[in-house]
Amino acid sequence: MAARSKGKQGAKSTEAVPELPRHRPSRRVFMVTGGVTKFAKAHPAMDFRLMVKRAYDYALKDVTNLTKDRIDGTRVSYFSDHFSRQLKAASMVQDYLGMNPKGSVRIEWGGATGGECFQAAFEAVASGRMDVCLAAGYETMSRVPTWKGNEFIALASDTNFDFPLGGFYTGYYALMVARHIYEYLRLTKFAHIKDEREAQRRAIEEGGRIMSLVSVKNHRNALHNPYAQYPKRLTVADVLASEMISYPITREQICTMSDGAAVAVLCSEERAREFTDRPVEITGVGTGTDTMRLADRPFGSVPLAPNERPTDYPNLPYPGVHSFRAGRSAGLEAYRMAGITDPKRELDFIELHDAYASSEIQTYEDLALCRYGEGYAFTESGAPFLTNVEYGFPVPRAGEIPVNPSGGLIACGHPVGATGLMQAVFAFWQLQGRIAKHFGDPTLQIEDAKRGLIHSHAGTGSAVTVSILERGF
Amino acid sequence: MPAPKTFTKFRDVQAELTRTGAAIFKDPEGKESLVIHYPYSILYIHSYAEDTPFFLGLAEGRLRGSRCTGPECRFVYATPRSHCMECGSATEWMDLPKRGRVHAWTTCHFGSEAFLKETPYNLALVEFDGADSLLLVRLKDATESELYIGMPVEAKFDPKPKYSITDVWFVPSAAPKARKAAR
Repeated sequence: MAARSKGKQGAKSTEAVPELPRHRPSRRVFMVTGGVTKFAKAHPAMDFRLMVKRAYDYALKDVTNLTKDRIDGTRVSYFSDHFSRQLKAASMVQDYLGMNPKGSVRIEWGGATGGECFQAAFEAVASGRMDVCLAAGYETMSRVPTWKGNEFIALASDTNFDFPLGGFYTGYYALMVARHIYEYLRLTKFAHIKDEREAQRRAIEEGGRIMSLVSVKNHRNALHNPYAQYPKRLTVADVLASEMISYPITREQICTMSDGAAVAVLCSEERAREFTDRPVEITGVGTGTDTMRLADRPFGSVPLAPNERPTDYPNLPYPGVHSFRAGRSAGLEAYRMAGITDPKRELDFIELHDAYASSEIQTYEDLALCRYGEGYAFTESGAPFLTNVEYGFPVPRAGEIPVNPSGGLIACGHPVGATGLMQAVFAFWQLQGRIAKHFGDPTLQIEDAKRGLIHSHAGTGSAVTVSILERGF
Repeated sequence: MPAPKTFTKFRDVQAELTRTGAAIFKDPEGKESLVIHYPYSILYIHSYAEDTPFFLGLAEGRLRGSRCTGPECRFVYATPRSHCMECGSATEWMDLPKRGRVHAWTTCHFGSEAFLKETPYNLALVEFDGADSLLLVRLKDATESELYIGMPVEAKFDPKPKYSITDVWFVPSAAPKARKAAR
């Protein structure tokens, strides 16, 4: 096929740079507190300002000595002006919290809006511009009907070439997982089947079954998270039997629209010690991007993680539409900053952007938890599952690297501008060892968690942020 | 307008809004919120600008890609752009073959509000001989059980163009022999 055989893009877009620079923040940055509202289908009794205020009050109450006058400024995130039919809504958050006239900017970066807001606050502190910065995010998606909401989200695709075809994010992710299944199941596990249609049908069935394991994991983890929107004791059969949304992705493999807010307070080392005896340090940040249109994604070579070799991928066209180059790029940048060379061993847990069960599996590979092509086997091994949650099927390697212990987007909900910050708050509580305090249930606490990763993803993989958080006490 | 009615289920609030445009939601703690319908519509004056030749081409039954003019590059875009993202040179317009193969496909059983009434519909990324990137299209006249990656497909054009990407769609090609799937 043309798009792959030429290898032109390979030489140009993804050429292997032997030693990328290891960027470091100008000074150390710590998270000292956070707060989250319960994510819900609709919070008609709270508008976005009050939701943020609730999360903010919770965060302030959780530490001593931190009062509004100690905060130097804010970064406020929400994804879409369409949802609230209010432009410059971040000013109204600033105003409701009584933060004027301190500095503030609104952050928007598609689905990665919350993750980008977290990093914007990191930058404000790392650069010395602020000693204490509040990152606050929200989304009120219930203000329009679900299918109108899908339309707004789909407007984050090229409106000349993509949107008018039936613009639908689940459709885009279905295209991507269809190719992922083809590359990594059809051409391997089902290579022996000669009839092309039959081989592909069997591979898709297998892929759908394994995606369902992820959905069961995240929904069942969420049974122990009181903030989650849709905790459910699902089985693989339930997931597969739920409505087909865009083949092969079913309803239970997709996150939902939510209302919710989350905040995180980041500060310098000196301030951190004043506010808490359990600060968490942000030791690595990374961002990556890719083309807006899936059709333009290159067929090049894989930017290698420190634990990979060129011989791992002799003939893999990359990223194509099957993998997220932005996620790989963000992960590698954050790993370099944090000095991580073997992520699966050196991280204790991950909160990643599972807007779709398929993208969770694709992201295991992007983050080098396993090699490209091993995501399905990695899922089945149980490695991303928790040891003390019952899933209804064997998870032999559970606990190796728990992914989305909170329940992820699939079960917690995805109020876009809050989501990346919600991940930061859950990761922060994990590293503090205070899950029981905040969840009222110790089940999801990962024992002795020292280092975690959060991952926020936008626009069919057009932008991804990765941040590494470490226990700072 | 009569005083808005009160409901404890948000679903019922939404139904009432469709009838009267206003309702009161009473949450479990007894807090009341007035909810109204607030319409908002926009008619954009949208220019295809540098993408214009592609859309005019569809109206003439032509599928146009673009080729980088950089002498070292010559990258071919199946979804055209006026400057090359690899080397930054200007591109020139070219005709793409009207036949290609399915690179990835899906059937959408739901969609955005604007497209719900058209469901189910197929989307496909199509690859072409001689092009380095893909084109996203609607794929018609094929069901889930018939579709596969590598399937030969060909372009059809709307004789009454709407000047939208939907002026072109693909159907399974009546090729004499099906080519093997990609790779």
